Amino acid sequence: MDGHDMGVGTLLPFVGRNDTERRVVINTVGPHWDGNQVWFITAGGAIFAAWPLVYATAFSGLYWAMLAVLWALFFRPVGFDYRSKIHDPRWRSTWDWGLFVGGAVPPLIFGVAFGNLFQGVPFSFDDHLVSTYSGSFWALLNPFALLAGVVSSAMITFHGAIYLAHRTQGEIQWRALRAAGFFGGLTILSFAAAGLWLWLAIPGYVIQSAVDGAALPNPLGKTVIREAGAWFANYRAHPATAALPLAGTGGVLAAQVLARHGRTLAAFWASALAIAGIIGTAGAALFPFVMPSSLAPNASLTVWDSVSSQLTLNIMLWATLIFMPLIVLYTSWAYRVMGGKVTPAYVRENSHSAY
Amino acid sequence: MVSEQLVDLSRLQFAATALYHFLFVPLTIGMVWLLVIMESVYVMTANPLYKDMTRFWGKLFGINFALGVTTGITLEFQFGTNWAYYSHYVGDIFGAPLAIEGLMAFFLESTMIGLFFFGWDRLARKEHLLVTILMAVGTNLSALWILIANGWMQNPVGAEFSYVTMRMEMTDFWAVVFNPDAQAKFVHTVSAGYVTGAMFVLSISSWYLLRGRDVEFAKRSFGIAAAFGFASVCSVIVLGDESGYTVGEAQQTKLAAMEAMWETEPAPASFNLVAIPNEAEMKNDFAIEIPWVMGLIGTRSLDRQIPGIKEIKARNRERIVSGMKAVTALDALRANPADATARQTFEQHKADLGFGLLLKKYVNRLDDVTPAIIDKAVGDTVPRVAPMFWSFRLMVALGFAMLLLFGLALWHSVKGDFASRRGLLRAALYCLPMPWIACEVGWFVAEYGRQPWTIYGVLPTHLSVSTLSVESLYGSLAGFVGFYTVLLIVEMFLMIKFARQGPGSLGTGRYAHEAHA
Ligand code: HDD
Ligand code: HEM
Ligand code: HEM
Repeated sequence: MDGHDMGVGTLLPFVGRNDTERRVVINTVGPHWDGNQVWFITAGGAIFAAWPLVYATAFSGLYWAMLAVLWALFFRPVGFDYRSKIHDPRWRSTWDWGLFVGGAVPPLIFGVAFGNLFQGVPFSFDDHLVSTYSGSFWALLNPFALLAGVVSSAMITFHGAIYLAHRTQGEIQWRALRAAGFFGGLTILSFAAAGLWLWLAIPGYVIQSAVDGAALPNPLGKTVIREAGAWFANYRAHPATAALPLAGTGGVLAAQVLARHGRTLAAFWASALAIAGIIGTAGAALFPFVMPSSLAPNASLTVWDSVSSQLTLNIMLWATLIFMPLIVLYTSWAYRVMGGKVTPAYVRENSHSAY
Repeated sequence: MVSEQLVDLSRLQFAATALYHFLFVPLTIGMVWLLVIMESVYVMTANPLYKDMTRFWGKLFGINFALGVTTGITLEFQFGTNWAYYSHYVGDIFGAPLAIEGLMAFFLESTMIGLFFFGWDRLARKEHLLVTILMAVGTNLSALWILIANGWMQNPVGAEFSYVTMRMEMTDFWAVVFNPDAQAKFVHTVSAGYVTGAMFVLSISSWYLLRGRDVEFAKRSFGIAAAFGFASVCSVIVLGDESGYTVGEAQQTKLAAMEAMWETEPAPASFNLVAIPNEAEMKNDFAIEIPWVMGLIGTRSLDRQIPGIKEIKARNRERIVSGMKAVTALDALRANPADATARQTFEQHKADLGFGLLLKKYVNRLDDVTPAIIDKAVGDTVPRVAPMFWSFRLMVALGFAMLLLFGLALWHSVKGDFASRRGLLRAALYCLPMPWIACEVGWFVAEYGRQPWTIYGVLPTHLSVSTLSVESLYGSLAGFVGFYTVLLIVEMFLMIKFARQGPGSLGTGRYAHEAHA
């Protein structure tokens, strides 16, 4: 959900060539970016509530990567809100690049982080479950992880481009479509390359001991080994999961075609499907691992052994069942109210209230 | 053992970023209701002046809101990045209100704020008012859930420790939600926000009046702020007293430190109006006492005793000794879960587990504990008295000063002569920083007063941190200082620019200092 406005931020300095055009671009997401960003924050909160140990280990282990994401995010609220309050080209272009950073850095880093999960992350626990991380920030930037970063960036930027094509006209729309062509291609190529690399060169993790999903969560009570090709075990066992990578690539292609024929709203949903497919592909490969440890494979975190208590999970389930429909309801109302193309004329008329 | 420097830097970073977040939070919480009031008047009377008021104050609100959001994300990240063991140990309880806050409150407030700013021409008047009201509700719900989480840290109810998962687990969700500490905190903190919002509007309106510009606009803003502010400041004081009472129930240590009560006095205890606490000799070098008052405030009775610091320390020593047994039994259970004697000892001393963990600040293995180390740990259980004593008094003094100011402002706005009372207007202008100072000091009392615990009586602060290097913390701290300084300068610059320009910045053509272009 937060994907498209990050993509829009990334494209902002390139698709908008002058101040009015840039304001058009910003105002396509202006009323919504904050609501969208909450998806991102709530995802963090949900991991905290449902897998506290994952939240703790990942955020502290990947300290500098997380801080980079956080600091990049700083530019967004301030950038959106403050940029157009001062009439000074240098002020405005500074914030434009700030919005670029806020849009481009988080997806890149999340991609890189995912790339590292496949290779295992060097952490261990003592017997009171205090975690220690023994890698450096720079070790995260290995070639496979960077490739995963490219997948993630390209896919988010593609999504943003399609959204822009939906909400703008003329020159800007044309540039957005061109960007969509480029980033769509890049998404498919890098996604395929990452899959191939994973197949050929990256051993997966396997749980050897019996798994009791109903036992009390204890991440130290299992034996785990590394094995070549293990990341594809789930695909071999459940061929239906092949639908996920197909949805990923098919969604990108469909979005391309639909957008070119003017069906931009359908294209937007197709590219959302593509994102779900690509993330789902990675998730299905990792399952049940959430955070494998390269240092102490037995301490790897899985969806079962780092989970919260039953009571907390029930509460979270109920809260989601109650509030999610409400959120979807008023978010779609907000989009309907603010719907339609954003044009230079709109920005000029509202120059004191628009972003 | 975790290095003390790492713990101190982590605390410093959390305290600095939390206090910084709370520069923006109270203004958001308070202003949003003032916007609701102004817009309701507009919808009822159709007087465009009230629409301009909503939009102009809304503009300042937006500048503040952006930084509220920016700095809030930092705090959410920090539980994972800097307090990893804490997140593991209590995430089962603590994570839920945080996630619910996102689902229930942040979505509402952030979606509605978009419509608030962009929906003026697209929504009917009543629809737009509804949006503003929902935004206010969302903001206040967000305060409710985060304070439930924070209240649980002060008074951890409805949860139990499990030695298999090595963490606290929730046993009763409703006990967490209806925690008296959380409820008292919520009403006191939210009222503090209302005071802040009212003071902001009152001060800036006074400044316009002093300059004799946009007079009609400023007069009406002043009137609304005076009435709202007076009600809020009364509630902050009454509910602050309630906070004091719940603190007295759940955290006798904090109350004793706030009041510099070294000895247990026969009930009802007297109240130290002013004192010079002497930490080394555990007494006050000088004190002005008011008989009976402390007993009344702290227990609402004439016969229940309030323990002094010396008595509390003596009790804590016993709990530490008992907690040592719990920790040793826990280690045995971790090694062999079937060990029945260990389990029995553990169940017996479980309630004091947290006190045993306090010793881990000084030793890795409890076999190495000496009486001198127990002494040190006992000493840690009470926060330093002088900072608590004085910061609490500063908050209360500011509360009464603002009561006086809002009282006068309301009185003269009912009489209708405030616009010519330059003394009052000037006082209102100079009092602008007061609510912010009171809020920051209030958090200091609440959080510093909880030391040495992050979860009172359960998890010591020094165990809660992530195992990061000290260099990483210096690095991140420098980054935060750098970013936050720049952001604050930019925010103040915009705030002052638009406040100076006044309602003319809306470009409606009705005010002084019209915007060009
Ligand atoms: C009493 C109120 C209160 C307190 C104690 C806190 N906050 Fe806060 N927070 C708010 C009241 C608030 C708010 C009024 O809802 C904000 C502030 C200004 C704003 O724009 O929304 C907000 C914004 C805000 C946001 C951004 C939400 C968005 O995008 O709309 C996050 C992620 C947090 N906060 C998280 C935290 C965390 C993790 C805290 C604890 C350590 C915390 N806040 C303390
Ligand atoms: C925004 C309002 C808040 C302010 C102004 C605030 C203030 C502070 C201060 C001053 C400290 C440092 C205490 C010390 O170093 O002695 C601190 C520490 C801490 N606070 Fe808060 N706090 C706020 C909200 C919260 C909330 C809502 C939570 C949890 C939900 C929380 C959790 C913590 C933690 C984990 C620490 C670090 C450990 C410690 O030193 O106690 N704080 N906070
Ligand atoms: C006579 C007046 C007041 C009294 C008796 C009072 C009492 C208290 C007490 C006892 C606490 C500590 C609660 C805890 O540790 O859990 C507290 C905290 C706090 N106070 Fe006050 N207070 C007063 C005035 C004010 C004013 C005027 C403001 C701001 C405008 C304010 C803002 C706060 C805040 C933000 C906190 C921290 C949050 C909390 O713990 O509730 N207080 N107050």
